Amino acid sequence: MREVAVIGVGCTKFGEKWESSFRNLFVEAGALALEDANISGEQIDEIFVGNMSAGRFVEQEHIGALIADYAGLATNNIPATRVEAACASGGLSFKQAYTAVASGMSDIVVAAGVEKMTDVGTEVTTDVLAAAADREWEGIAGVTFPGLYAMIATDYMNRYGLTREQLAQVAVKNHENGAKNPNAQFRKPITLDTVLNSTLVADPLRLFDCSPVTDGAAAVILAPLERAREFTDTPVKVLGCGQASSSIALHDRKDICTLDATVAAGNRAFQMAGVERKDIGFVEVHDCFTIAEICAIEDLGFCKKGEAGKLTEDGQTAIGGKIPINPSGGLKACGHPVGATGVKQVYETVKQLRGDAKGRQIDTEIGMTHNVGGTGATVVCHIFGRV
Amino acid sequence: MSVARFWRKQQNRYNLIGTHCTTCGKYFYPPRAFCPDCRRDGKIVDHQFKGTGKVVTYSIIRSSSGDFKLLTPYVLAIIELDEGSRLTTHLICDIDKVKIGMPVKRVFRKLGEEGSSGAIHYGTKFVPA
Amino acid sequence: MVGIISYGAYIPRYRIKVEEIARVWGANGTEISRGLGVYEKALPDMDEDTITISVEAARAAMARRKIDPVEIGAIYVGSESHPYAVKPSAVTVGEAIGATPVMTAADYEFACKAGTAAIQTSMGLVKSDMVTYSVAIGADVAQGEPGDALEYTAAAGGAAMIIGNKDPIAEINHTCSFTTDTPDFWRRENKPYPRHGGRFTGEPAYFKHVIGASKMMLEKMGTKPSDYNYAVFHQPNGKFPVQAASMLGFTKDQLKAGLAVTYLGNTYSGASMVGLSAVLDVAKPGERIFMTSYGSGSGSDSFDLTVTDVIDSDVFDRNAAPTVSALLADKKLVDYAVYAKHKGKVVMME
Repeated sequence: MREVAVIGVGCTKFGEKWESSFRNLFVEAGALALEDANISGEQIDEIFVGNMSAGRFVEQEHIGALIADYAGLATNNIPATRVEAACASGGLSFKQAYTAVASGMSDIVVAAGVEKMTDVGTEVTTDVLAAAADREWEGIAGVTFPGLYAMIATDYMNRYGLTREQLAQVAVKNHENGAKNPNAQFRKPITLDTVLNSTLVADPLRLFDCSPVTDGAAAVILAPLERAREFTDTPVKVLGCGQASSSIALHDRKDICTLDATVAAGNRAFQMAGVERKDIGFVEVHDCFTIAEICAIEDLGFCKKGEAGKLTEDGQTAIGGKIPINPSGGLKACGHPVGATGVKQVYETVKQLRGDAKGRQIDTEIGMTHNVGGTGATVVCHIFGRV
Repeated sequence: MSVARFWRKQQNRYNLIGTHCTTCGKYFYPPRAFCPDCRRDGKIVDHQFKGTGKVVTYSIIRSSSGDFKLLTPYVLAIIELDEGSRLTTHLICDIDKVKIGMPVKRVFRKLGEEGSSGAIHYGTKFVPA
Repeated sequence: MVGIISYGAYIPRYRIKVEEIARVWGANGTEISRGLGVYEKALPDMDEDTITISVEAARAAMARRKIDPVEIGAIYVGSESHPYAVKPSAVTVGEAIGATPVMTAADYEFACKAGTAAIQTSMGLVKSDMVTYSVAIGADVAQGEPGDALEYTAAAGGAAMIIGNKDPIAEINHTCSFTTDTPDFWRRENKPYPRHGGRFTGEPAYFKHVIGASKMMLEKMGTKPSDYNYAVFHQPNGKFPVQAASMLGFTKDQLKAGLAVTYLGNTYSGASMVGLSAVLDVAKPGERIFMTSYGSGSGSDSFDLTVTDVIDSDVFDRNAAPTVSALLADKKLVDYAVYAKHKGKVVMME
């Protein structure tokens, strides 16, 4: 296998982008990435695009071809493939692109992610997202994603004594970081009271425990490490890659509070990278809900089960803390265009490792991403390092 | 859910018919046609669950998708059946009464419908025992 | 002898006070309650309908006695509120108690006596040896137009009787019916609520038929009211059955056990069946039960039953399902707004 580097990154602003269509979002992110990598379309060998549910959000399938076409790359007949793993679609798109380059099959590969969520109403969005769970045996019972993660939170709080305030601190910290991210959907710091007094969505989770509905796209360009310097002075190397599956339904997990696919994907990424937890400067984790960040910190091995609440409360997950989590603002503050999130995590990580994360910069050599599909049925982790 | 898709699992949903791996002894509801532990060595037979169990975890859904809007706020719960299998259900219960470990039993209810002129889906939900 | 092999009732948990309905229409609730002899009525949960009530009642009956569902050869569900205009409620009951596929089934409608009509059909099939067991169900989520007199009483509930001739808990000594074309109450196709003839529903309708069938029965059996321990009459309100009883010479004491309407309301096709269930909840071997149903349109079915030793034997477990009084005691009162939502009176866009 060849060593692989990220040579360019692009990301739209995240938010309710009423003026932008599905295809515009992708084209915007793609153009930014190409410009960043200083390459032209003809140089691209292959495209992967992560997308969860264009079929239901904008009634469009066959996304690979659509993207290639509107990016002006269909005239060159560039192969384009859609990758779907619910909210982990973006992370998996990156993994597919990484594999394509590492294998020697392709040289210059785009890994993108895009989701246009605001063209349907909230109730439809809730239903579309619920399709990431088991439709036959969870969906029919009236599950919602906040509801599923809320059941994790109920179990967790009952077993480990996590406090409501500790949970709220996750959102407060992520808003603090998001305020410093020009692409974030929410750029306003909030207080614990904001979270604790917000509307109950699925007890014990409140509105400010939940990531929002977001439109957005992100794209990154991968190349063999040996060629990376042709395009950029600051390539970022992919050190480790880990993907794992678990039961589609939450009720089939051995332990409701442990995303065992996170444990497995994290371990695989660490093993491949040959680095330790202490070497990691920050992690972009999948905080679709505040409880998800708590579980992720533990399941990735940064602290023991039951300790992430305290770690968060003590400020150790903030920028400047022992293990900064979600310097971008995470899904909570950046927004969560489901198919794009995993690629946005890579975007943020590359920005950080290049030293381009103004106002939220962490001085480190190594960063990590963690992207979850559903309640943890798919997890994709990547570890990146400066070259 | 389309007519054929619902009908296919009707017996399972009406009568808690799951499966049982006679090789390792595990019970599955929702049913599995393939034992995840024994895989090809597993021998799977149908099994009717007794319909009693206890609450593993729960949430109260305040904001639902359109199909469940009239039920809000409702209790969503993961139930462990006495035979050891777990499932997700709408637990019909006063929202301030639900507790982890609470014993529950099955009831027959409407699960949903395809609009006011479409097919009605019936099946199993749970109530405090 | 043909009789009831097992029985089960089901009443949804939700109740509304008659006074609360009266409040909405600016009427005097205390007077109305007293006038009707009904204080509360049951309403369905959001996910309950005649089919779910029928299944719960049938399962309660199955719980009380070990019956191989394969031996059930027929299921009839009587109701005015079948969820489907076309597609039988009875097949869902059959599937839910494991009686399918070797069985016959149909839905009945004869206003409030469709349940007892199902008992009679079941008796015929059992007596002619066409089936071993037949399940007769009367259940409704009764409709009453907002503001109409019916709204004070129209309730949700039902009961199931398993009919057979092997060791019944109550033998059915005889049944007879009194039927005419009397337009006292009806619901036209595609209309959500029934209409009725007001006071016309009394003397030429309810009383004429109930008294007619009951007298036929007493005459045929050569009995007098005092020969019975219990009497159950169709109970659209708390007044009519009491009046009918006294016209026939039954006492209030005979009526008491089977008069469920006071805190239940009128469960239409379920009404006399739930009343009979309440009697079977307390009846002792050797006791005799008189029952006459009434369905608008109009007809009455009369039954003469004798409770057997089987009801107290090992093959029957009364405690395996809740009694009518236990079902009535487990309740949650709601206001008119919640009631309107539960009854689908709040119209949502699709």
